[in-house]
Amino acid sequence: MSSNITRRVVLRGTAVAVAGAALVAPTAMAAGRGAMTGMDHSGHTGHGGPQPFDEMYQGRHIVGKAAEPGSMSAHHGDGFSVFIDDRELHIMQNGDGTWISIVNHYLPLADPHAIARAAVEKLRGAELVPMMMNMAH
Amino acid sequence: MAVRKNQAGLSATDKRNFVNAVLELKKRGIYDGFVRTHEEFIMSDRDNSDRVGHRSPSFLPWHRRFLIQFEGELQKIDASVSLPYWDWTADNTPTASIWGDDFLGGNGRSRDAQVMTGPFAYSTGKWNINASSDNRPYLQRELGADGAQLPTRAQVDAVLAMTTYDTAPFNSLSEGSFRNYLEGWRGQGRVHNSVHVWIGGQMATGYSPNDPAFWLHHCFIDKLWSDWQRMHPTSGYLPAGGTPNVVDLKDTMRPWNNVTPADMLDHTKFYTYDR
Ligand SMILES: [Cu+2]
Ligand SMILES: [Cu+2]
Repeated sequence: MSSNITRRVVLRGTAVAVAGAALVAPTAMAAGRGAMTGMDHSGHTGHGGPQPFDEMYQGRHIVGKAAEPGSMSAHHGDGFSVFIDDRELHIMQNGDGTWISIVNHYLPLADPHAIARAAVEKLRGAELVPMMMNMAH
Repeated sequence: MAVRKNQAGLSATDKRNFVNAVLELKKRGIYDGFVRTHEEFIMSDRDNSDRVGHRSPSFLPWHRRFLIQFEGELQKIDASVSLPYWDWTADNTPTASIWGDDFLGGNGRSRDAQVMTGPFAYSTGKWNINASSDNRPYLQRELGADGAQLPTRAQVDAVLAMTTYDTAPFNSLSEGSFRNYLEGWRGQGRVHNSVHVWIGGQMATGYSPNDPAFWLHHCFIDKLWSDWQRMHPTSGYLPAGGTPNVVDLKDTMRPWNNVTPADMLDHTKFYTYDR
């Protein structure tokens, strides 16, 4: 999918928690290459779950939102779902509140937004394989 | 009895035999089964529920059993082969001989991180990536990209000096835990985890065994566990029993269901290390 201005939704309430800033540094620097829109500083992770997001990043549509009840991520993703171009990214929250994903499994980052961007950088345009395909055995 | 050697000292014949056995497992479809099994455990091992392969006390015995199974498959093809280990505190650059054309092949190219050299390059037609979280069919590496660092010998020694095998809550939060500091959810150098990150590509994902470097990395982690046991002969596996969600000393481990951490404590029943 190419970047489509009508799909670009201004980022809201996704400030990276200060405590996570150091962990996020490589990703945040890389964000300069991307199609980052606005960022306010009202948001804070850790109160009532991660902040939702919906933006174009390096030409990819990334969305993070509360998981649909009964969905795979309600079960596996700690109640939060991340999508890259409508394909779900498997994520997991660590006991200390940091997050990892299936494509970035050994380097915890501050929140699902940082995880989504790091996944876009790692994918370099590749498509995620639908999660169910991997689960079906 | 197999003797596992440091990869830096392997002869050309040792390297060729190892590589050929790995390629044959791939050709027979056996290799990808290991990749899928690893990913299933990565996805289901969680800090607050049942955990076996990772972020839990059985991280070390689970991977020991996983490596023994893989080594056994290699030996069915060539009985002379054993798993080599990679001491990434010593051979710690992208130009080290482990990444040579005669062994694991080199770094990925900058455009798409695709490994272009050695026996695991996509162009050989012998190393397609079939089990992955994305649709790229080629092996990728980004050695040391984005400032990633390998653990240093001093960082490893600090972990080896820890005297308690594992501590409550027996997950990625455990403090004062040899296992958790070696696994690298805590501690300077984030030991095991940061090696996955330093290599990048599939090694940084839940499908990390797609890169044969996985086996050499985990073989060194396994050796460090045995080094630690020798340094701390009175420090046993913990927890001993009755702990929810984790594998106690005499509980069986999935997916085998017939092997316990206790069965895995003495590796010399299965293989030895060259030093
Ligand atoms: Cu593993
Ligand atoms: Cu590992």
